[in-house]
Amino acid sequence: MLTVDNLNLSIGDARILKNVSLSIEPGKVLGIVGESGSGKSMTALSIMQLLPDASMTAGSIQFNGQELLYADDEVMQDLRGDDIAMIFQEPMTALNPVHTIGDQIAEGIMLHAKVDRQTARTRTIAMLQRVGLPVTHYPLSRYPHELSGGQRQRAMIAMACVQKPELLIADEPTTALDVTLQAQILKLLRELVEEQDMGLILISHDLAVVADITDELVVMRHGEIVDRGPTKAVLKAQKHPYTAQLAEASSHIPERSQQPIVSSLAKEAGLAPMLIATKLTRDYPVKRQSLLKPNPPFRAVDNVDLTIYPGQTMGLVGESGCGKSTLARMLLALDRPTSGSIRFDDVELTKASEKQLVAARRNMQVVFQDPYSSFNPRHKVERLVAEPLHLEKGIKGAEKRDRVVAALEEVGLPATALSKYPHQFSGGQRQRLAIARALITRPQLIVADEPVSALDVSIRAQVLDLLTELREKLGLAYIFISHDLSVVRALCDEVLVMEAGRIVEHGTASDIFDNPRSMAAKLLVAATPNLERSLRTRTDDEDGKEGEREDGQ
Amino acid sequence: MIMFLIRKILWAAATLAVASILVFAALEIVPGDPAEVMLGINATDEAIAALREDLGLNKPVLERYLSWVTGMLQGDFGKSYTYSVSVNELVADRITISLPLALISMLISTAIAIPVGLYAAARRGSWADTGIMALSQVGIAIPNFWFALLLVYFLAIWLQLVPAGGFPGWDVGILIALKSLLLPALALALPQAAILSRITRSALLETLGEDYIRTARAKGLSRRATIWNHGLRNAMIPVLTIMGLQFAYLLAGTIIIENVFYLPGLGRLVFQAISLRDLIVVESVVMMLVATIIVINLIVDLAYLWVDPRLRHRG
Amino acid sequence: MFRFLLTALRNGSFVTGFLITSIVIAMAVTSFFWTPFDVTDLDIAAKLKPPNEVNWFGTDHFGRDIFSMIMVGARNSIAVALVAVVIGVGIGVPIGCWAAAKGGLLDESLMRGNDVIFAFPALLSAVMITAVFGPGAINAIIAIGIFNIPVFARLARGASLSLWPRDFIMAARAAGKNKTRITIEHIVPNIANVVIVQATIAFALGIILEAGLAYVGLGTQPPLPSWGKMLSEAQTMMSFAPHMAIIPGLAIVITVLGLNLLGDGLRDVLDPRLTRKHD
Repeated sequence: MLTVDNLNLSIGDARILKNVSLSIEPGKVLGIVGESGSGKSMTALSIMQLLPDASMTAGSIQFNGQELLYADDEVMQDLRGDDIAMIFQEPMTALNPVHTIGDQIAEGIMLHAKVDRQTARTRTIAMLQRVGLPVTHYPLSRYPHELSGGQRQRAMIAMACVQKPELLIADEPTTALDVTLQAQILKLLRELVEEQDMGLILISHDLAVVADITDELVVMRHGEIVDRGPTKAVLKAQKHPYTAQLAEASSHIPERSQQPIVSSLAKEAGLAPMLIATKLTRDYPVKRQSLLKPNPPFRAVDNVDLTIYPGQTMGLVGESGCGKSTLARMLLALDRPTSGSIRFDDVELTKASEKQLVAARRNMQVVFQDPYSSFNPRHKVERLVAEPLHLEKGIKGAEKRDRVVAALEEVGLPATALSKYPHQFSGGQRQRLAIARALITRPQLIVADEPVSALDVSIRAQVLDLLTELREKLGLAYIFISHDLSVVRALCDEVLVMEAGRIVEHGTASDIFDNPRSMAAKLLVAATPNLERSLRTRTDDEDGKEGEREDGQ
Repeated sequence: MIMFLIRKILWAAATLAVASILVFAALEIVPGDPAEVMLGINATDEAIAALREDLGLNKPVLERYLSWVTGMLQGDFGKSYTYSVSVNELVADRITISLPLALISMLISTAIAIPVGLYAAARRGSWADTGIMALSQVGIAIPNFWFALLLVYFLAIWLQLVPAGGFPGWDVGILIALKSLLLPALALALPQAAILSRITRSALLETLGEDYIRTARAKGLSRRATIWNHGLRNAMIPVLTIMGLQFAYLLAGTIIIENVFYLPGLGRLVFQAISLRDLIVVESVVMMLVATIIVINLIVDLAYLWVDPRLRHRG
Repeated sequence: MFRFLLTALRNGSFVTGFLITSIVIAMAVTSFFWTPFDVTDLDIAAKLKPPNEVNWFGTDHFGRDIFSMIMVGARNSIAVALVAVVIGVGIGVPIGCWAAAKGGLLDESLMRGNDVIFAFPALLSAVMITAVFGPGAINAIIAIGIFNIPVFARLARGASLSLWPRDFIMAARAAGKNKTRITIEHIVPNIANVVIVQATIAFALGIILEAGLAYVGLGTQPPLPSWGKMLSEAQTMMSFAPHMAIIPGLAIVITVLGLNLLGDGLRDVLDPRLTRKHD
């Protein structure tokens, strides 16, 4: 149906794609996997002919025998949204905020099917029902901001699939979503492929995400295809070293010495915990919608108890909005709880003044999610990493510099980094800088809020390795927050599962992973992409199928 | 949405109240006795005492403020000392020139700026875009009263197409009256149009970089339909803000322009009142203009509701 | 610094704007100790001369040399607009930063106060101030300065508010720095660009406003020449001495154009990283 042949693309002087060739048939799912900058999105935009203005292309893109690369925009307008549709990564921004969901979906129907408003409306309702947004709960008059991220992505899928396209391109459709939502969206896409007999190109940076649902796989790196073939074969053989690297990264577990669970040891030895939070609750006021009665406040964190012993690694998992970041902010004394207490190093954080907090802050540092916004763009590394040092009196000049260099060394960055600005570093390096900044006061506890969620899988693996190594070397305790259970398991001994502001389950990482008891934990485990598991299940049921196929030939 | 409305209306009322206190206080801090100031140095003591009584200066401050405000709320702005007529009469006459002038120039400015700005954005980088941007850059730099002088020189003195100034009154027929407002309105409008067209252009360009524009194109919409259905309304949000600010500027601008064209509007009245030291007239006219500006800002806030549905759900 | 100069020199708007602004400022400064003719010299015999070799821009109805008047007028325009910008930045930016840092009721009331001032265009403030204190250049400065305060307060507040939830501010707070210190170390350097760009625009607008106030007699008073006053004097002589109106007007247009170009250029030259999301 679609054949891309020797596609080359350059924008300005940069060569983005080099001799990319691929093809897809109806009813099949093709996965394109690669890190950011590998050219996978540009391949998709080339097929849609929605490339940036200064793009130069060569080669051929044939869709049902029609050449798309040199097609007029009018021709493409007829194809786009009708025969070829696309879903984008960011559901928050991909829908027009000033039009209703119903109007945005019906617009495409009326444009291509040339039907009246009423028919378009009926079809829109049917399609929204299909993607799990029944009109009884989600009327067509909803605006995008009235839907959650997952719901918006469903609406986006409805918009793309309503004209029953022959080819659907999904560019990282789940990267911005939680793992549970990711699993639901992937399942929906797979079902639609079968129902509508369409071809699907699924683009992702994570092999584990595409492993379950793709038939064929293409691995891209630096604008070139380095590995290709049926998904199972590619994943099994891992012929190309880069494929092997991606596969390893996606289910990476850092090597660490086997040690018993810290908290039970500590309890047995009668050691005191370093951090005790009791009955923590945080309410946020909700703006009143009615004149007559004020809205009840929103309870982000609800009666949470938490204990951390020195050297303990505690994972905190839950969907976005479950209150885990609010909890972290309170532990860091960046936000005050509505009620409850937090004792850290025998200081009551909830009531302490900034002066009384100095010792606690020195001993508890933080690493944030977004490596791009966690540094002041105008300061150099020396000043950035040294920032927490003001908690220690009288560190100046050469001593300060030595401390920064030592911290940089700790995270594997050279001393030459001192005089650079943050934008001169890659995402992974910036996360190393963030860790160096957290280490500089030699804390005992580091709170890490989704520290690897914004990173590609291969970079993620390196950062996890670093965190593990530092823990072993420095005896750090971590509170590690993530929505991804596999990442938490890679690093933590114990896990707390959070749902709607409450802790619903607490256990060792392997217990929760192998034998989840609460509903929230079960959902999280089932949704976590797992390359080995999907490879195993696929091998089982496809061996049979493949036998049939060979018979038929 | 109701809460949003109520909140906005309450804020506008509060702003109005604070503004009235400011205007009132300004007269309170007149150095010396306002009656003496108004009458000048040659006034007799009896005249001053009489005026003090007339102005109610012997009453306590709060009482005077309250009677001033309640008077205004009932449409009574007090009595002009120099003209010996009620300020209402004076102002009612003049406002039929100033307000239409501001509105017409706002209309002209918007009618020119928005299409031009959209055109430039849609053809970004073309010679038309470059030309429009260069022209608007110069337009912003032109003071409206100088532009007015040039218009008078070329169109009225040189080509004798339109009257150089003055206002025949609305009684002579709307068209003739409008004709004499045309030059002043143009003079006010064009520099504002230059600013507004640049804002419109950059607002649309910014909008066109958004993800949902790409979604619309992926849906099969043509470039034009995408701009029309998805770009325009989003781009109008910043444009509205600037239009609200511009109206305040235009209304104040009429004060100057009326002096160029000898139009008997509020501006002329204010300057005559200043030179005659008729503080009550100054106070009333300033308060009236400030109130108009606050009301216009309220209307702009309400227009947001129509443009941006996200606001309808905020409290 | 070197990189800054290099990018700046490649930016056409910046170079043009910088040159124009420098020339105007140079003219204004020179006027303190030298002008071709004394602007207080009345020479009725030489009145209303169109531009010629002796009086480059001609003479006015009192026979004064217009070129000299333009030079002295530049001084006046720049002084008024500049002081008004300093008032706006000096009061508005701290208010905006303070409101953004504290949030809550303080923020709300400061911004509402801003709204009130916003309802008084510079011209109306000037009318009131003049009505109370009588006309003068100081009134123009105060009126335009007051007008500038909410402009800068809103700008600084908006820019700071977008910075406060960023992780690097959170990190600074986790490092125990108080809000004042964070504002000085992290917020101010990061909003400096937008403030500088807005300052050049406010400067340009201030020159137009000053000319307008002087034109209607609310600004600089005789005998000091000012561009706006030259225009109002020229008005009655438009039909026989158009150069008297055209030249001061051009002076205003060129100065304002120069400043606006400088502002546009600065916007591009100063690091745009803040406005860009991820590079």
